[in-house]
Parts: sequence; structure tokens; C-alpha cells
Amino acid sequence: MLQVDSLEKQFTLHLRGGLSLPVLHGVNLTVHAGECVALSGPSGAGKSTLLRSLYANYRADAGRILIRHEGEMVDIAAAPPRTVVQVRAKTLGYVSQFLRVVPRVPALEIVAEAAPDRSQEKAAALLHRLNIPTRLHALPPATFSGGEQQRVNLARGFIGGHPILLLDEPTASLDAANADIVIAMITEAKARGVAIVGIFHDAEVRNRVADRLLHVAPLQDAA
Amino acid sequence: MTEETLLSARGLSLHFGKVPALVNVDADLWPGEVLAVVGESGSGKTTLLNVLSGRMRADAGVTWYRDPQSRLHDVHAMPAPALRALHRSDWGFVHQNPRDNLRMSVSAGGNVGERLMAAGNRHYGRIREAAIDWLAQVEIDPARVDDMPRTFSGGMLQRLQIARTLVTHPRLVFMDEPTGGLDVSVQARLLDLIRSLVARLNIAVVLVTHDLAVARLLAHRIMVMQRGEVVETGLTDQVLDDPQHAYTQLLVSSVLQA
Repeated sequence: MLQVDSLEKQFTLHLRGGLSLPVLHGVNLTVHAGECVALSGPSGAGKSTLLRSLYANYRADAGRILIRHEGEMVDIAAAPPRTVVQVRAKTLGYVSQFLRVVPRVPALEIVAEAAPDRSQEKAAALLHRLNIPTRLHALPPATFSGGEQQRVNLARGFIGGHPILLLDEPTASLDAANADIVIAMITEAKARGVAIVGIFHDAEVRNRVADRLLHVAPLQDAA
Repeated sequence: MTEETLLSARGLSLHFGKVPALVNVDADLWPGEVLAVVGESGSGKTTLLNVLSGRMRADAGVTWYRDPQSRLHDVHAMPAPALRALHRSDWGFVHQNPRDNLRMSVSAGGNVGERLMAAGNRHYGRIREAAIDWLAQVEIDPARVDDMPRTFSGGMLQRLQIARTLVTHPRLVFMDEPTGGLDVSVQARLLDLIRSLVARLNIAVVLVTHDLAVARLLAHRIMVMQRGEVVETGLTDQVLDDPQHAYTQLLVSSVLQA
């Protein structure tokens, strides 16, 4: 479903005199349908950078990121922007750590517009499953608690039915009961054949969902 | 991906005296796509909008527009009446100041209906119906259809301008700082409105803004301009989250986090 070959990524900070920060070097990864790979490594090692590169949110400096999109392998590290938009719409889902709220748009709408059929019923059902009560559905999530926002974000990420999902700390702000629900959703997605790459800080969550670990080691500072 | 562009420009250059306003600018816009042009004031973004829309001529370069029959037109070689007709039908232009577009001495409904009449509609009842429908779509109480725009607030005027622009179902709309100069609460409402209308009607938009948050919310792709040059272009979230050019890094790092 997803294949990464020799991925390189560095940040060049022009405002700091062109300081160069290498983050990823020679990263290889293959993820099959129904498999969950957890990225491990200390904070600052580049786990989030790798995940964002897989989503083409960050631009790779070298290497390929092949995504199975509608039966063909597309290198989204080299694809034109319009292709990336289509791959994200149909194939590649991403749940960030924080919900980027749109002013004035209610929680239910935020989730429903990510559904392929824009179904409000499905959105409501998924929000209920994640313990977001009906009285909150009509409200914009700007005033929600961190955990509630994260669950709206998860509903938005899971409702799309993408064959590949990237999860950045999906249970970080959740209590144990809600984390269990998310683990169940991840397990069900795997059973449907969804390929998952995630960062799971919580070791218990990681052990319960991940089939394999990919260790991301910090690179030596080269400045 | 074989779909053809709605608007394409190659090698646009324009100088105001010694000041470069556009330096060899290329641009492409596909149907239904929102392209944001960002940069600080004086970077040439409004000039680019004016040149792309045929309101201003460049010193060099060419701009092609593809009409609904898939015929290509050189925007700057079109006869003036044809360009005016285009601006009244398949194109729209939303100005930062709605008073530049609205007729302040004509009722709200008249302002919306006028564009339909200019496009050849003659049935009064249907024109009024469409005007009322569009007022509702931009969240203006249809009861105010006969009120004069001067009795409207700034946010309402901007929404009225959007209704007037979209009533002819244009496929391409040029927007120049559509949320500039409005209160933040009014701005949020307007952004949400533009976002949903553009998505629902599948309108292509060239959006000039200095506000990166507006670009992130509305645009699929972004072009960053500095001193008339496009210094960086790409997917909106890519350019804003992983800026490559020094100037883009400066812009992104200069935004206050609310």
C-alpha cells in the first residue's frame, strides 16, 4: 500500500543564516494492507517529520514515497499538487494531533464534510461512538476541551474510509475509556485492510495496535 | 490529470517606471481550484490579479482563458466588448471595497438582478426570485431586498457583492482581499460563506490576500510573491508548513499566533 525508499529530509533555516538541520536519512518502509506500523524513537528524532512527509505536508529532499492510489503506485514526493490533493481525498487520510478548527462550522459538519457521501447520520453515529454527545454536534469545536477536539478530529479522519491512514498521537489527550474506543476503531480498520502508520506515545496503546515498529533514530547535529 | 486549465499565464512582466510589478510570472488555474496569491503589500499580487483578469495590460507575456465551449482566448487580445461580456457572465470580480462593485443608489435586489439583466435575462419575476434566493444564500434577510445598500453594514455589503457576483454562475472569480477591513467575527462568517459556496458551486478562484490564515482556509494551492516575482508555489499546507524560500519562511514566522 505504501512504500518509502531512501527518504531524506532536512530543514534549511534561511532566517538563521542558512542553517541546515538534517532530520531523516535513508528511511525505508513498506506497509501492507491491514498492517499497522508504529514509529518509535525519542522526542525530536523526526517521527512527526516522517509522518508529515508521508502525507506530503513536508517536501522530501530525496527518495520516493509510493502510495497505492486507485490501483497505481503514485510517488507523492514527486507528484504535482493536484495529484496530491486527489490522493489525499481518496486514498490517504491523516489525523493530526490538533484539530484545526474552521470558525463557525459545527462539529457535525466538520466530520460530515470529510465523509465520501457527506452523510450527517454517519457523522453523528461516529461522534456518538467517540462519546461526543448530541448537544455538542451543532457547536463549532473551538470551545471544546482538548480531548473532545481530538475525538472530533479522529471522527473526521476515520469517516473518510481511506485505505491508508496516518495517525499522529491519536490517543494523546484521551482518557483510558476513550483510548479504548480509538484502539477498537484502529483494530477494525486493520481488519478492513486499512494500512496504518502511526506515532503512539503510550506504550500500551502501541503494543495493542502495532504489528511492527520502525525505529527513527536522531541524526547527529551537523551545522 | 489530462483535464485542461481554465486560465494559464506565461511570462507576465510589467514595470511601473523602474519598479518591477511582475517579473516573468507563470500561473495556471484548473476548474474548481482555489489559488491564493500571497505576499506583502507592493509585492505585485493585486497587479497580477488585474493582469490575469484583463483589467490591466502587461509589458510582456500572455494569458489564455478557456471558455465553456473549450475555445481558447488570449485575454489581452480580446475586443473590449467581449471582455466586458465575459466579466458579466463566466467571470466575476470581488473587490476589497464592495462599493467599487455595487451601485449604491440601486436596491439590494436590484444590485443582484442587474447582473442577470446584463447577461440577457428579461423576465422580471424570475430575476427578482433569483435575487431573493441569492440574498438568502449569502445570509441577508430576503425582507431587505428593496433596501438601499447604504443601510447595510460593511459585512453585509461584502456579502451583497458576493451575491451579485455569483448570480450568473461564473466558473472563475477573482477576489482581491475579500475579507480585508472587516471585523474578525464578520470575517469568519464571510470566510465560511466563501468556502462553502466555492466548494458547492465548483468555482475556480484566484484569491489575493496578505492573510496566510485566509489562504490556508480557502486555497488548494498558493503562490508567494516578492517584488513582482513568484518565489515559491505549491500545495497550500506544504508551502505554509514547510516553506523553502527565505522570504516565505519570513512571512510564515512573522504571523502572530492567536
